[in-house]
Amino acid sequence: MDRRESLKALGITTISAGVLLDACKPKPKEQAEKAAANTGDTADRQPVEIERDKKLHAETFFTPHEMATITILGDIIIPKDEHSGSASDAKVPEFIEFIVKDMPEHQTPMRGGLRWLDVQCMNRYSNAFKDCTRQQQLELVDEIAYPGKAKPEMQQGVAFFDRMRSLTATGFFTTKMGIDDLGYVGNVPNKWEGVPEDIIKQYGLENVKLG
Amino acid sequence: MGDFQIKKSSKVYDAVVVGSGAGGGMAAYVLAHAGVKVLMLEAGAYFDPAKHSSQLKFPYESPRRGARTKERGFGDFDAAFGSWELDGEPYTTKDNTQFDWFRSRMLGGRTNHWGRISLRFGPKDFQPDDGVSERWPITYDEVKPYYDKVDRLLGIFGTVEGLENEPDGIFMKPPKPRLPELFIVKGAAAAGVKVIPGRGSVLTEPLPGNKERGTCFYCGQCGRACKAYADFSSSSCLVIPALKTGNLELISNAMVREVLTDKNGQATGVSYISKDDMQEYQVSAKTVILGASSCESARIMLNSKSTVYANGLGNSSGLVGRYLQDSTGSSQSGILPQLLDRKRFNEDATGTINIYAPWLQDNKKLDFPRGYHIEFGGGMSMPGYGFGSYVPKYNGVLPGRDGKKKEAGGYGASLKDDYRRFYGIQFGMAGRGVGMARYDNYCEIDPNVVDKYGIPVLRFNYKWNNDEINQARHMQETFSRIIHEMGGIPISKPHGPEDMWGLEAPGRIIHEVGTTRMGNDSRKSVLNKWCQSHDCKNLFVVDGGSHVQQSDKNATWTILALSMRTAEYILDQRSKQNI
Repeated sequence: MDRRESLKALGITTISAGVLLDACKPKPKEQAEKAAANTGDTADRQPVEIERDKKLHAETFFTPHEMATITILGDIIIPKDEHSGSASDAKVPEFIEFIVKDMPEHQTPMRGGLRWLDVQCMNRYSNAFKDCTRQQQLELVDEIAYPGKAKPEMQQGVAFFDRMRSLTATGFFTTKMGIDDLGYVGNVPNKWEGVPEDIIKQYGLENVKLG
Repeated sequence: MGDFQIKKSSKVYDAVVVGSGAGGGMAAYVLAHAGVKVLMLEAGAYFDPAKHSSQLKFPYESPRRGARTKERGFGDFDAAFGSWELDGEPYTTKDNTQFDWFRSRMLGGRTNHWGRISLRFGPKDFQPDDGVSERWPITYDEVKPYYDKVDRLLGIFGTVEGLENEPDGIFMKPPKPRLPELFIVKGAAAAGVKVIPGRGSVLTEPLPGNKERGTCFYCGQCGRACKAYADFSSSSCLVIPALKTGNLELISNAMVREVLTDKNGQATGVSYISKDDMQEYQVSAKTVILGASSCESARIMLNSKSTVYANGLGNSSGLVGRYLQDSTGSSQSGILPQLLDRKRFNEDATGTINIYAPWLQDNKKLDFPRGYHIEFGGGMSMPGYGFGSYVPKYNGVLPGRDGKKKEAGGYGASLKDDYRRFYGIQFGMAGRGVGMARYDNYCEIDPNVVDKYGIPVLRFNYKWNNDEINQARHMQETFSRIIHEMGGIPISKPHGPEDMWGLEAPGRIIHEVGTTRMGNDSRKSVLNKWCQSHDCKNLFVVDGGSHVQQSDKNATWTILALSMRTAEYILDQRSKQNI
C-alpha cells in the first residue's frame, strides 16, 4: 500500500485532505465553543475512561466565586492581543475546573491559593481579589509573578501563581485558538522531506552530516 | 454442586499461546501461517489500531489535553492501556528495593506503547568479551537469518553503517532530522559522539508483498498506534493477519492462572479466568507457548505447581524469576537560544527516533563493563498538557525581542509572546544502557498476596550497583558535553551522585528481560537455546525471558527474531513428532 492508499484507508484522499480540513475549520465565533469541547469520537476510549470523564464532567469543584477569580487571573496571564483571544475566550477556566477534578493533587493548592489571594486583598484593599480594581489586582499579581524578586512573605503566592500560570498556558495553547496562535501546523497527513532549505541556510547547517 | 465450576473445553489445540505482544504475536503468526491450529489467550481487551487509535486527534479532543491517567500511564492519546499500577492486580517489593512494572493488558501488549526503536543485538552482545557479562548459548550469526526475516516481514528504516556491534539490516530510507536534531548532530560531532540515522519499524516505503499496511504519512504519532498500520504493532502486523488464516483463535480478557501438566510432567494446556464473566476455564493443547512478558511468564510458571513440579513448572534449576534485568536510563533536556522565534513548518516527522548515537567506546578504559546508546529528539511538537512549563523560568535567562533581559516569570502580553518565541526550541537526550544480569535481581511469588482473581502475585527484589551508576554518570557527562557544544542551555534538573546521576528506578525503561534465561546447562538455565523448557519439552517461552544478558539495544527486535526462530523449531519438532 502506498501513501495515497494509506490515506484512503483513513478516509482521507490526497485531494480531499485539504478540503476536509478547510471545511472543518470553525468560524472564529464558534472557536470558543469548540475550544474546550471533546469531538465526541470515543472509538479510542475504554469503557472505564468514558465513565470516568462523564463522572468528572458531572461534578463541580470550584465555587462561582472561585471561578470568577480564576477567570480574571487567567485573562491577566493570557490576555487578548492582536494574534488571538484571551484565556477565557479559549475556555481556560473550564479546563482548569476539569483538570483539578482529574488531578486531585491540584485541588488544595488551587483552593488554598485562591483563598490566600483573597485574604491578601481583604487586608490591603478591603475587597476580595475579584472585587478589587484592576490596578489593585495587578499590584498584587506583580508581587507574586516574578519568583526571583518576590518577597519571602509572598512565597506561597508565588507558588500558587506559578501553578495557575502553568495550567493557564496548557489550557490556552492546547485549544484551536492557542494552536493557531502558536503556529503549530502539524497533525495532518503530509510528507516529511526534512528541514526546508532556506531554514538550513538561515542557521548555517548546510554541512551537517550524519555518521 | 455449587455455583463455582471449571469449564473445560473438549477441543485440543495444536498450540496455546499466552500473550499477544511481540513474542506471542510472532509465534502465533508463524504457526498459524504453517497450518497449525493455535489458540491465543490475551489478558486484556481486543485492540485494532485501525479502529481504536487516537491518531490525528488534537489536544483539545482530550479534556485533560493528553495528560496521563491511571488507565493510560503514557497519556490520554497513547495507544497503551495500563500503567505502573493496575486496579486489583498488585505486585510487591522486598527489602525496600524498587521495581516498577508497566503492564499493558490489551491485544498487542506493550508493542502498543513502545518507541518502535528497532536495533539488532550485535556479535558482542551475544558473545560479550568484557569478562563480566555471561555469554548466550547462541551467536549473532545464528540469529542473523531471523533478524533478516523480521526486517522483511515487518519493515524497518535505517542506514547501512558497517559498525561492528551495530549490525545493519534490510533498511528502508530513514526520515531526515528535525531542526533541533541537526544542532544535536553538529554538537555531538564536536563532542566526539557519532550520531547516525535512527532505526525504526515504520514503513517509510511500501512494504514489498504486503497489501494490508500503509506507508508513513509523518504525523509523528506512532505512540498512538497507526490507523494505516504503517508502524509495527503486534496487533496490526502479526495477530490480525494470523487471524485471517483461519488457524488462529483469539480469546481476549483471558487471564491465565497456570499451565496444566499431567503426571509425566507434560504440559496439557492452561487454566484461565475470563474477565468478561469471571468464570474459570481450562483449555487443552499439545504445546504451550508463554509470551506473557518476562515477569508475567515467570509468574505463571512459578504458580504452576504439581507433584512433578513442586517448585513451579520448569524450575528444577531454581532460576525462574532470577537474572531479571531492565535497561538503565538517564536523560537531560535543554533549549537552543539560537532558535528563538523560529520559522514554522510541519516538523512532526516520525514517532520514533530520527537519529541516535550507538555505543562505540571501549569499556576496558572505563569503570563500567557495558555501554549505552543515546536517543535524541526535539522540534515543534503538538502542544499538550504541561506545554511551555519552562518558559516562565527561562524568559529571565534569554534576552527578549528588544535584546534586553527581563525578570523571569511574568504575565500578560509579554509572557504570551514568550510562549510563542520559545516554541520548538527544546530538545532532549536519553541514554539507554546495559543493566547487568545478576542472580540477586529477581521476581518471585509473594507468599502472602494474591490479585483479585486469586492468583498469587510477584514480589520483586532489584538493586542497581556501581556498574549501572557509573554508566549513568558517564551518560550525564556526555550529555553535558553535547549540550555545551550545541550552544544549548540545559533545562532539566542537574543530576549527581546524590540521585545516582538521574538513573531511573529499575523497571522504568520497560525493557525487562531475563527471568527464564536460556543455556546449554539445565542446572544453570531454565530454557535451552530454542527457548524450550529443559524440564518440560512441550513448553516454550517466547518473550524476553530467555535473554541471558541484555544489550543496550531495545529488546523488541530480538524478541521477534527469537520467537520466529522458536516457532520454526516447534514446526520442525512437530514434523519429527518430538513434541
